Amino acid sequence: MSTSYKFTLNGEETEVSGPPMARLLDVLRRDLGLTGSKEGCGEGECGACTVLLNNEAVCSCLVPLFQVEGASITTIEGMAPQGQVTDLQRVFATEGGAQCGACTPGMILTIRSLLKRYPRPTREQMREYVSGTLCRCTGYERIFRAVEVLTGQRTPEGVADAPVAEGARE
Amino acid sequence: MDHLNAVGLSILRPDGLAKVTGRALYLDDLPERGCWHGTTVRSPHASALITSIDVSAVTDPDVKIVTAKDVGPRNSVHLIHDDWPVLADGRVNHVGEPVALVTAPTLARAVTAAREVKIVYEAQPPVLDLDQALKGDPRTGGRPNVLATCDINHGNVDAGFAAAEVIVEGEYETGHQEHAYIEPHGVIATPTLGAGSEFLGVDIVGSLQCPYYVHKALTYLFDMSADAIRVRQSVTGGGFGGKEDYPDMIAAHAALLARASSHAVKIVYERQEDIIATTKRHPSRVRHRTGIKRDGTLVAMDIDVLLDGGAYITLSPVVLSRAVLHAAGAYACPNVRIRGKVLATNTAPNGAFRGFGAPQSLFAVERQMDKIAWTLGIDPLAVRMRNAYREGDATPTGQILKESVSAVAVLEKAKTSTRFSERHATNSLARESREDSGRVLRGIGLSLFWHGSGFTGNGERRMMSRGAVRLRADLKIEVLSSSTDFGQGTEGVFRQIVADACGVSLHDVVVHVPDTAVVPDSGPTVASRTVMVVGGLLRRAGEKLAESLRMFAAHQSGVAPAGVLLHNGVFETELGRTPFAEIARKYVALHGPLDAEATFEPTPNSTFDEATYRGDAYAAYGWGANVVEVEVNPDTFVTRITKLTTVSDVGQVVHPVMCAGQVEGGTLQALGWGYLEEMKMKDGRYLNDRLQTYLIPTMADTPDMETILLENPTAHGPFGAKGVGELPMDGGAPALLQAIENATGIALSRIPATPERLFEASKMRRS
Amino acid sequence: MSLSWSPKSLAEAHEALASGALKVAGATDLLVVDHATGRQHEAVLNVLEIAELRGIRVAGNELSIGAASTFTDIRRSPDVPKHARLLTDAAATIGAAQIQNRATIGGNIANASPAGDSLPALLALGALIVVSGPHGKRAVPYNAFHTGYRKTVLDPSELIERVIVPLPAPRVQIFRKIGTRQAQAISKVVVGFASDAPSRNALTNVRLAMGSIAATPIRLHEVEALIEGAVLSRELADQAAALVEKTITPIDDVRSTAAYRRHVAGALVRRLLLDLHESQTS
Repeated sequence: MSTSYKFTLNGEETEVSGPPMARLLDVLRRDLGLTGSKEGCGEGECGACTVLLNNEAVCSCLVPLFQVEGASITTIEGMAPQGQVTDLQRVFATEGGAQCGACTPGMILTIRSLLKRYPRPTREQMREYVSGTLCRCTGYERIFRAVEVLTGQRTPEGVADAPVAEGARE
Repeated sequence: MDHLNAVGLSILRPDGLAKVTGRALYLDDLPERGCWHGTTVRSPHASALITSIDVSAVTDPDVKIVTAKDVGPRNSVHLIHDDWPVLADGRVNHVGEPVALVTAPTLARAVTAAREVKIVYEAQPPVLDLDQALKGDPRTGGRPNVLATCDINHGNVDAGFAAAEVIVEGEYETGHQEHAYIEPHGVIATPTLGAGSEFLGVDIVGSLQCPYYVHKALTYLFDMSADAIRVRQSVTGGGFGGKEDYPDMIAAHAALLARASSHAVKIVYERQEDIIATTKRHPSRVRHRTGIKRDGTLVAMDIDVLLDGGAYITLSPVVLSRAVLHAAGAYACPNVRIRGKVLATNTAPNGAFRGFGAPQSLFAVERQMDKIAWTLGIDPLAVRMRNAYREGDATPTGQILKESVSAVAVLEKAKTSTRFSERHATNSLARESREDSGRVLRGIGLSLFWHGSGFTGNGERRMMSRGAVRLRADLKIEVLSSSTDFGQGTEGVFRQIVADACGVSLHDVVVHVPDTAVVPDSGPTVASRTVMVVGGLLRRAGEKLAESLRMFAAHQSGVAPAGVLLHNGVFETELGRTPFAEIARKYVALHGPLDAEATFEPTPNSTFDEATYRGDAYAAYGWGANVVEVEVNPDTFVTRITKLTTVSDVGQVVHPVMCAGQVEGGTLQALGWGYLEEMKMKDGRYLNDRLQTYLIPTMADTPDMETILLENPTAHGPFGAKGVGELPMDGGAPALLQAIENATGIALSRIPATPERLFEASKMRRS
Repeated sequence: MSLSWSPKSLAEAHEALASGALKVAGATDLLVVDHATGRQHEAVLNVLEIAELRGIRVAGNELSIGAASTFTDIRRSPDVPKHARLLTDAAATIGAAQIQNRATIGGNIANASPAGDSLPALLALGALIVVSGPHGKRAVPYNAFHTGYRKTVLDPSELIERVIVPLPAPRVQIFRKIGTRQAQAISKVVVGFASDAPSRNALTNVRLAMGSIAATPIRLHEVEALIEGAVLSRELADQAAALVEKTITPIDDVRSTAAYRRHVAGALVRRLLLDLHESQTS
């Protein structure tokens, strides 16, 4: 009956103490300082808190800490090594898949897990798989197109190599 | 300059990589640095006297509590009228109205203490909807409680009706809509304290659209000078108007708690509180009486627009104004009378939501056009084509539409892209001869609409917004405006505009965080004005900056200024080419940073009389047509939207992908409002107060979208650009209802078109 | 400070069960309520690691589904879609991917929501619920499992171990759910229908179960009796619909109206009978 739980987080062995029913979302954001997962509804409806638990997309607002003992968790921060960006992330940024960005970490992780099962998904497969991750800004069309560009089903519209410095907002 | 390099390109959005890696810091992600947490005690009653507030049961010694008696003499959210209390004083007028604020070092302690605050109410009979409001309100001595009126008179409607061959009447209703931005409201207030802990001012960071609105609200509330208050925008996860007005309230709350505790205080709403307490789209009831010739030509329109403002005025007069100005639709009619009214109810005050009154009145006029088409037995597209504005036509305010009029063009494009008329007719035939097979019924529907860019009438003139650019010591050109990015891509678009205005590369341009301590007041980020108005200011400021640098370069090289060109980051004279950085470095070394500013210039010979509501209501109009295709299950009345085609004229597309994103996102919101999003109420309390019960479209609900952008430039926007933020909200709902009617024969005049409503209506079809 | 257990076997779980610890499966409802109300628990027991509750297999004349199986496990297993597609069809409509990856069939049953999507499927399949505790094991037919609104025969010291679908499972299995949205929708009406393969244009061993129209998921025995052995026809379909509308007692709530639920429940039954009739006569 330990109150300290060990799990793999973004590839690293991690140990966290806390109440057994603490929400994984709160553990990530408050105890571990990983604020990439967002709280949009607190009830598993919006998917903004989505992380990968043993490679499956789950809502971290619905996962109690004591159940992640021994598990492997991936958050948006662990998608790519520090300073790098995966093709999926990049195509979201260049093809309009992200507007306000609040759904974006959850959306990217959900789609990452979709792509593991369906490397070249149809829109119907995307609709079914991603229906638990809500976006209010894009109307989803540019999210479809970003995935289609990534999987070679559509030509890009974004000018990906235009020279714009990252973090230009100061 | 007129050479476009960056404008028109879909560049990588500057905040894109931060957002896709989870590194963008939204309000609740910011390091807390020992800030305290605030929570709000709210009224459970729609209308009640506050008999007593008793905090004696609060045992936590650190907790600080603020009620109306602690606010000071200016207890109101300073917007248009000062009727909206920051904290309820003596009575409450809606469920969720804030009565007490509580802060403590941790949220858990604040919440515990809040539960210990005992408030005794004496409930009174509330006014909960328009029917009740029309009968009268105790607050106004039993008479209807009218928050605002707005009337338009054009030509002579009585003469028009006398000349009409057919008269059609209809009444149309829309309900509340919740913004449902994925990031709820949040704010951190950090007090500026004097040596003896006296409250000297406050620094606000928040999820907000209009830093200067918050600034004005707080200088008013605390009766302090402009430099005592500083407001900055944090990365904002969606707004849609919901973070235009309400942040004034939540910032006031956090600031009051910061003052009471002498600590920084953070307030973040959970979803349920956000839905219960914050502003929604005004519900509407619009009545049409239309006189037409038998061939479908409009001769008289008599329109009554009624909006439910909720408990306080907030922005209702301006919402009504826009509703009224758009109420006759994208159609020319020689005789128009529009009477608009906003009534108060004991519900949470309604406020800004993308479209701002126009979606409501455009829903009504579009469904009225459908009724007219049906009455005459003609195609809904044909009746629109007959009456759509052409260049040179007059609007109901007497404005002559002199340029950039695309009503016919968008309609034509929508028709040909979707083969609308043919398919509408085929579906109608199929519907009439259908068997009981359980197979889905197919429908196609269309709408035509317009949307004025910029503040209505004299709004821009009153604001006299400013935008600035600065060449910094590090040689970057910094954009200084109060326009915020909450997803729509403001930052990227401003960089493109300024880069092209100056003639430098995108690399050289950065955007400063909207911070009232640093940027000028460019006005709020609303009203589809960001590209057209503020972009226009920044373009002029950029051109001024470039002009100064060209003069300098000319001086330096002994060439006449007219012989110096700056484009693509290079100064070019007959003597050769010099990189921008080189000249900039010399300038800065000699003179320090270079500033250039532009102030709004009203269009000459263009006026609007607010007393008579005659004149040029908007400098330019966007135009749109939507075609919506549906499948309706005949057994269950469940609608599936299969395809959306939008045609939008935005003048000049600055960023094609982001522009399409605005159209697609806004139109899906309009469709959601049309058939999914319903806010039910019991005793004045919203029942659909969670995302599980307030349903917005998921990816499984979204149709495939074809997005066609037309460019019919206006002289009044930078590079011809008009606004695009709100136009997409205007046409989705009526096109959807026309499609459902095409599929099922059921003509609804009220949204959302839920399966329950379709079922009830199926028992009584249009006969 | 609360206690927590994460046993690997039922034997290890007995102490926690006997102490009345809260059983935690996928927690997809539990954590929502805890967070909204600030509710705390003194002791919690993770059931997901208990070996006896895991795995899906066919053994003889039983399809045995571990109570800790998620709806994703159920959809992806080789056995459930083959024998009990009523259950996989139901699983596909629960929430969305993130919920299906965590919510378990045992949790859905124990939670006993009147709108639980898998529950009418279990009724129509004639499922048996294997319940275990410190005092032993028992098998409860699912149609005797509910005792009232959100109440079941489970004792606090018991947990659901397995869900058994007797084989051969019915040849006809039809699942229908009505929500407002295409996904992530709590059902307004949910229907699970099962029968033998049609023979001489009639159905036998008819089971018609519905959810979201009563305090518990129920079987509509009167309507089953009407359909049982009767020749499929347009008239039968209409009669069945009318009888459905007459016998159920749905309510108005935030999601829908009684009138609509009534109509749609009847319409769904009518349509499935018409489709079966069509498949026989075409």
